[in-house]
Amino acid sequence: MSASLRVSPANGAEWREATRLLAAGEATLVSLWGDDGRMRMAVRQASGALSFVEVACEDGSFPSVASVHAPADRLERAACDLFGFTARETADKRRWLDHGRWPLRHPLGQAVPHDGAPDAYPFLNAEGEGLHQIPVGPVHAGIIEPGHFRFHAGGESVVRLEERLGYVHKGVDRLMRGANLERGGVLAARVSGDSTVAYGVAFARAVEAALGIEAPPRAHGLRGLMAELERIANHFGDIGAVCNDAAFALMHAHCGILRERTLRTAKAAFGHRLMMDAVVPGGVAVDLTPEGAEAIRALVRHVRTTFPGLVQLYDNTASLQDRTVGTGVLNVDLARRFGAGGVVGRASGRDFDARRDCPYPPYDAFSFEVPIRRAGDVNARIWVRIEEVGESLSLIEAMLLRLAGGPVLATLASAGSACEGFALIETFRGEVFAHVRLANDGVVARCHLRDASWFQWPLLEAAIEGNIVADFPLCNKSFNCSYSGCDL
Amino acid sequence: MRNTLLLGLRPPLTEKAPGLEDPELAALASTVKEAAERALGRSLAIRHVDAGSCNGCELEIHALGNAFYDLERFGFRFVASPRHADVLLVTGPVTLNMREALQRTYDATPGPKWVVASGVCAADGGVFAGSYAIAGGVASVVPVDLVIPGCPPSPAALLRGLLALMRGGSK
Repeated sequence: MSASLRVSPANGAEWREATRLLAAGEATLVSLWGDDGRMRMAVRQASGALSFVEVACEDGSFPSVASVHAPADRLERAACDLFGFTARETADKRRWLDHGRWPLRHPLGQAVPHDGAPDAYPFLNAEGEGLHQIPVGPVHAGIIEPGHFRFHAGGESVVRLEERLGYVHKGVDRLMRGANLERGGVLAARVSGDSTVAYGVAFARAVEAALGIEAPPRAHGLRGLMAELERIANHFGDIGAVCNDAAFALMHAHCGILRERTLRTAKAAFGHRLMMDAVVPGGVAVDLTPEGAEAIRALVRHVRTTFPGLVQLYDNTASLQDRTVGTGVLNVDLARRFGAGGVVGRASGRDFDARRDCPYPPYDAFSFEVPIRRAGDVNARIWVRIEEVGESLSLIEAMLLRLAGGPVLATLASAGSACEGFALIETFRGEVFAHVRLANDGVVARCHLRDASWFQWPLLEAAIEGNIVADFPLCNKSFNCSYSGCDL
Repeated sequence: MRNTLLLGLRPPLTEKAPGLEDPELAALASTVKEAAERALGRSLAIRHVDAGSCNGCELEIHALGNAFYDLERFGFRFVASPRHADVLLVTGPVTLNMREALQRTYDATPGPKWVVASGVCAADGGVFAGSYAIAGGVASVVPVDLVIPGCPPSPAALLRGLLALMRGGSK
């Protein structure tokens, strides 16, 4: 998207108005982030238009958004950790990404040395007779990313879950500062490795918007193919893994085969199993050969023959559905208020998909269904994934059929002056928002990448309430939020 | 239904095991000081620790369990606690926020034990090297016995590495 960014006056009037709209439910928070000396915010109004506001942090502080709109809480705390700003009127003053273990505070603002002694972290409390706490993580029992879950339980039932993340914070925002576009792309591709294509596209489109260039048509087609392969590979993995967490290993085994075949096809077509670094600013780094295209067609044929049998297996296994139906219900109002994207939002009635609702190439040239469920339980999240696989297969076929010829990479001419651009790109988990500000010499001055999981993690805390502790892995997997994507 | 499920597994999907003559396996094995097989016999319990990864390595480690690579046929299995483990398979540049957790996981693992660093980030910090939030490669926190390169290492590369750990090396 190349809409110009609106710069608002420093008195904060527009900031307060945007905050009011969010609190009133008349707008959805897209992102909230720090920049040099100011806080910035992107909101999506009911009309679908994105607007941008910012407020100068003259005395190092700004009016809190989180104090009236909970979905902003963690983004606001993260920005304060990185820039050293203070959110006025906020109730939650705990640090988020900064655990006190870095040699400094405020790495992107006025940095001050710190001795690396860990901060205490007071978890929110739950009181009542017989309640006990269960601390889990950061090192978990499975092959997953690290984070800490603090349960308050009454017998087997979860009374309160609170997440503490930030363990895999790698300092991406600061590494981005001063990076050239090539290195910026490499870093963006490693924010969340499972969505490396979508992150690549998000960074590239934000840069292209800033520079006012457009990638060649063939590059758009190839980006779309890669993104849909990434989506089905992840959905196969998730469908299998959710069933596995309900002890139905057979589904896991068969979905694992489909996932592996998808990754092998990606390797054959685009040279890397996860297609890492295949998307670059200006286009794509690898062209598709006729053999590669045939490999993708063969994969689609194979999935169309085998996947329906697995769907039938899921649908016909009552003992499996006994675990998934009615478990981990996320209510429709919360999903809307938090602007939950991806499968999590769409399984709770939030009819939003950036591919359709903020269209970007190649999706603006294709029509497809966006599956919606309203039950909001684990079962609904599985069905949305199942139906999305079907849509993706059709999209892949259509994209191959209409794939343009010609070059796959445009020349990136430096704008010669400071410029900025943004993009909203759908990953398999929901939309990632990318905002890039380039300096005069063309290097990245500030890059902010907001993963879909920022607005999904807090909802997991709500969805698990009242469920038994033993169903947490099932609920957690059905959300499949990113740790690295939020910790950055 | 039964036919669908059984036919999905035919012909046998399992990849041939890399033999001892495999040059990449031999090269990795030569870097291992003491073969785990000689110390423990043909069964290795692996505990995975994500110390800061982007999740790319985790996806490929997961793939080791699928029908194509079938890790368990070699006697490897993933365990839920470091107290049950012989091998720590560590991914990611070690973040400062995870350094203590990695150290404590290592301390909780009974000896003899081996540490395998998976991927270029685990080797030396990779693209994140130099960040204020990174301790460095895994070796900057705990002793490393084997590094499996790649971004991420493919399941085939991970398999070769683990087999090298089991069979290779001379002390």
